[in-house]
Amino acid sequence: MRPINIDTIRMVEEKARRIRENIISMLGQAGSGHTGGSLSAADIVACLYFWEMNLDPQQPHWPDRDRFVLSKGHAAPVLYAALAEKGFFPEEWLQTLRKLGSPLQGHPDMRKLAGVEASTGSLGQGISWAVGMALAARLDKKSYRVYALLGDGELEEGMVWEATMAAAHYKLDNLVLIIDYNGLQIDGPISEVMSPEPIGEKFAAFGCHVVEIDGHNIAEIMAALNAARQTKGCPTAIVARTTKGKGCSFMENRVEWHGVAPKPDEVERALAELRS
Amino acid sequence: MEKQATRDAYGKALAELGRTYDNVVVLDADLSKSTKTADFAKAFPERFFNAGIAEQNMMGMAAGLAACGKVVFASSFAIFATGRAFEQVRNSIAYPHLNVKICATHAGLTVGEDGGSHQAVEDISLMRSLPNMTVVVPADGVSVKKMLHNLYKMEGPAYMRLGRPAVPVLYREEDTIEIGKGNLLRDGNDAAIIACGIMVAKALQAAEKLAAEGILVAVADMHTIKPLDQELVIKLARQTGALLTVEEHSIIGGLGSAVCETVSEHYPVPVLRMGIADAFGQSGTPDDLLEHYGLTVDDIVRNIHKLLEKRPL
Repeated sequence: MRPINIDTIRMVEEKARRIRENIISMLGQAGSGHTGGSLSAADIVACLYFWEMNLDPQQPHWPDRDRFVLSKGHAAPVLYAALAEKGFFPEEWLQTLRKLGSPLQGHPDMRKLAGVEASTGSLGQGISWAVGMALAARLDKKSYRVYALLGDGELEEGMVWEATMAAAHYKLDNLVLIIDYNGLQIDGPISEVMSPEPIGEKFAAFGCHVVEIDGHNIAEIMAALNAARQTKGCPTAIVARTTKGKGCSFMENRVEWHGVAPKPDEVERALAELRS
Repeated sequence: MEKQATRDAYGKALAELGRTYDNVVVLDADLSKSTKTADFAKAFPERFFNAGIAEQNMMGMAAGLAACGKVVFASSFAIFATGRAFEQVRNSIAYPHLNVKICATHAGLTVGEDGGSHQAVEDISLMRSLPNMTVVVPADGVSVKKMLHNLYKMEGPAYMRLGRPAVPVLYREEDTIEIGKGNLLRDGNDAAIIACGIMVAKALQAAEKLAAEGILVAVADMHTIKPLDQELVIKLARQTGALLTVEEHSIIGGLGSAVCETVSEHYPVPVLRMGIADAFGQSGTPDDLLEHYGLTVDDIVRNIHKLLEKRPL
């Protein structure tokens, strides 16, 4: 159990704000990439990297570290921003995002960047990696925990449910699934394109302990992660209600910001909002 | 002649490997009795995970286990391991260069009665096209055992193609099987047969028949399709001037294609590709199917004659 108090909450909020700034600036520099879904996940990822997980940036391959798998790999900028903020690599590298030869690939590549635990991007696959990692922890009698962040649109991939079935079957209580429930996918609202709802009920039916929270409320994220630690005999699925594009008013809840990077004037506007 | 199915050899060798190395983990997708991973499961239940009928998730779990230091052997039928889960193999195993060895059984026509839906005739082609992927097709039980050891020792992903029916044992325990190094089982200067898998034994029988007619053909067991032993292919092209490739696989994308790619760039000679001519399989006994699709000993003999007519003198 980790302490939840005004100091830890403020600290994580500030980290999330800095992560959002870096998401905007690196995407602005890259000129392409996934803005909306990176911003929606910033509070969850900040909570994991700066409060929840055991990590040592000096030893990225430390065997006992907790593992984070970005199953929604297109949100790579939120992961890169968190890793840079944590000290896995120099912040300047963020400006190389999506450029030829950069360790910061358009989707995370574990072979190019230390700190990235899984090469993801093709949706539905990261969760299966996380199941395998949680099984490995059990085999090796290690106490590390495994976290997988999924998109809500990603839940349309059948493989997600194969993996969830396996996680429950093998009683992986060292595994936490977090769903970034921002309600939008490329072609429109998830409810119109192909509804995976009701999401919480589905994960419960598959055998998970389900916690539904506001994915931008740091205290709620923390409480959910602590609840997952106390859950024995099954994985936990945290269904986190979020806003796509969160933190930049002109991007919030706008589907067109799924796979588009901000132009220079939009970068200025977004950064001004995040700094106010 | 002693016979053993390559899948039976795989099951036994895998259990043995598990005894020697405790980081060996085995996955299956509800076919462990057929793929013979059940032998390992029985010996090491804590290191065996059944994924159920969910090959995509099996490949993803394999990736996660491998990312945590395990050497994972993932088994299913070839059709599902390479077809159903192709993109998982590509993105979660080959792309991140993980230590996952996909050992697929029931490859090719000799699945038999289950029919075309279950007969993978394109698996070698699919796996060979993936960067980082090593592709091996052992010819008998002894080479399976040796190859399994090699796969454990090598770093990175691999595909091993195994069959359902019993096939003649060709190798002795003291013989060497090395990844990327074909074995010349019989020498000859008139033509060369380059074969893999169950067709190697048939190639040797054909060579025997041809010898009785005074035609001396070399026979190579090209158990590694990728990386291909180019040196041996070029040597045989130079030595004989005519190559016959024989595989229980589509003539598109498999051993025949790999050999053609090599000789056309390095030492062009006439090549005939024996295999399944761009068609799906169907139900039947393995032997009836091999006959129907032209993959018998006599077909090899006939094709050698055809090839020799084509060869420039």
